[in-house]
Amino acid sequence: MWDTVEFAVGSLAVIGGTLGGLLGVAARYLAVEADELESEIQALLPGSNCAQCGFVGCSQYAAALAKGEAPVTLCAPGGRATAEGLGKRLGVKADLSGHDEVGPQVAYVNEELCIGCLRCAQECSTDAIVGANKQVHTVIADVCHACAKCFKVCPTEAIEMRPIPATIGAWHWSKPVVGQSQH
Amino acid sequence: MKLFPIRGGIHPDYRKEATSEKPIVALPLPRLLYIPVQQHMGAPARVAVEIGAQVKKGQLLALGQGAVSAAVHAPTSGKIVAIGSITAPHPSGLPQLTITLETDGKDEWAELPEAIADPFALPAQKIKERVAASGIVGLGGATFPSAVKLGLGGQYKLEILLLNGAECEPYLTCDDRVMREYADEVIDGARIMAHSLGTAKIVIAIEENKPQALAIMTKAAESLANVEVTGVPVQYPMGAERHLTQAVTGRETPARKLTADVGVVVHNVGTARAVHHAVRFGRPLLSRIVTVSGGAIVEPKNVEVPLGTKVSELIAFCGGLTKEAKRFVNGGPMMGQPLPSLDVPVVKGTSGILALTAAETNEHATQPCIRCGTCVTICPCGLVPVEMAAFIRHDKLDKASELGLMDCVSCGSCSYICPSNIPLVHFFNYAKGALNAADRDRRKQEQTKALVEARTARLERAAEAKRQAALAAAAARKAQSQSSDANKANA
Repeated sequence: MWDTVEFAVGSLAVIGGTLGGLLGVAARYLAVEADELESEIQALLPGSNCAQCGFVGCSQYAAALAKGEAPVTLCAPGGRATAEGLGKRLGVKADLSGHDEVGPQVAYVNEELCIGCLRCAQECSTDAIVGANKQVHTVIADVCHACAKCFKVCPTEAIEMRPIPATIGAWHWSKPVVGQSQH
Repeated sequence: MKLFPIRGGIHPDYRKEATSEKPIVALPLPRLLYIPVQQHMGAPARVAVEIGAQVKKGQLLALGQGAVSAAVHAPTSGKIVAIGSITAPHPSGLPQLTITLETDGKDEWAELPEAIADPFALPAQKIKERVAASGIVGLGGATFPSAVKLGLGGQYKLEILLLNGAECEPYLTCDDRVMREYADEVIDGARIMAHSLGTAKIVIAIEENKPQALAIMTKAAESLANVEVTGVPVQYPMGAERHLTQAVTGRETPARKLTADVGVVVHNVGTARAVHHAVRFGRPLLSRIVTVSGGAIVEPKNVEVPLGTKVSELIAFCGGLTKEAKRFVNGGPMMGQPLPSLDVPVVKGTSGILALTAAETNEHATQPCIRCGTCVTICPCGLVPVEMAAFIRHDKLDKASELGLMDCVSCGSCSYICPSNIPLVHFFNYAKGALNAADRDRRKQEQTKALVEARTARLERAAEAKRQAALAAAAARKAQSQSSDANKANA
């Protein structure tokens, strides 16, 4: 009887050891390398997975960028700075003309339409919306980064994405326009 | 006094004679005053009055908030008729929050803080508090809240209070007139400031093209052992804080540091006079001296203007415009900014209002750079304008920054001297603004990331807690059913 037991234990041990070893070897040699470039790019993105770029989330956009399959200008909440940062990291020139057209935005709750359903507050990726059940909600403008998730879930269309008004503090001179052959 | 040379600089046509012999005249009270809540660097003041309120002269209209801010007061008595956005005296032409005061002509004073008879017996902190409460900012044009600068004594080892009477900008003579007409007030204010800063010595530096001011100030300071009045060479931008410090002490302020790091604090002469009024009489900053000049002004003048007066009214007081004015400038012609319209108020930083003719602006089309290197020779900050501008033109702002873009003081000497009329300083102002904007965006992005991460972590914690609660509930149910089974069995 002991023979049978020893045989069973021994064979299982051998099978286990072999398969374990194989897995170990496979983990070493067949590993999918975590793409360093990809994670570096992901660090440049806001990480709110708003999907305005057309990808499911920031990591998918980062993957596409790493492969050179997507332009650097798709991140709407990140705006100009993100596009420039990505362009710099990837060594491509960002065509920022589109960004200037839209400009930075902020979510705004129309208080006459808000029914206090809390959906936007739960959806907000930066906790920028405050409110309680059946109470009018509002957006903390400084914290909003215009991912527009709230805009999409609002059942009463009470949320609009408004351009951030220009302020004197944020204003600066534009680049002087001079002929092409000056320097 | 031994002086030290400063690097570079230019010698523009000063054109001060139009107003230098014109005594300061007070502007008759306008019917409406437009008082912006932000007339200073830092955070805007918070409105402390309501529409319809009757206010008296010197009453607080808006309270400074935050570490760097300044209070705003009613320049005369009257009624607040509006609080809203009107165009700011800023090149952007953007609106800003402004309090509109309808004056009642009575000019009745509010109850002012107590006059301080002997400020030198008070601790420095008290002086600083009074200056802060009086809404005083740097009247040379930089409008940095003076109280903040007067508090530097605690953080730095200071030796000299340098009073800036250089007034190196062409056309402007408001500081010249203040020194000639109110020398005693300026010197008293300077002594109070020195007491607050804890500096033993006061040096008053005046460019040598103002011999009367120099003589009057020297005479006024004669009896004071710790006050020295010195003439400095006529060389633009002598009045720049760092350059004046170097000319007087020989000490060069390191990049991105303050003159306080080399033991010197610089204040404008007009600011000293405002401090004198605030401390000795409890009067807040309600008006300032403005030089109204330029070829298109009928009667150029130095005017004491209540803050909030519309520029158009000030120009009308100076006889209006003669010929077609080509350009309206807020400040001096070198560092001043274009006015978006004449319907903007005079604010604490308005040192001059210039209406320049086409001949004076002397504008020419930009031509290719001939690599003469003159801009490099004259740059008072020791920078290489030609290279920096070339990088900026090709959107390589980081490269320009590596060359020292952020050390540029925007004095405009390079643009002035360039034989090809390349708008060099405009490139630098653009690039500095764009880099600051990029910096703000980066900070916002970091904030967003941190918030997103915090939210994700919170949601995970909540999900985990829910799972644990479900498990615990399941375990409890099981235990309960077992015990009820046992009870049944017992029964």
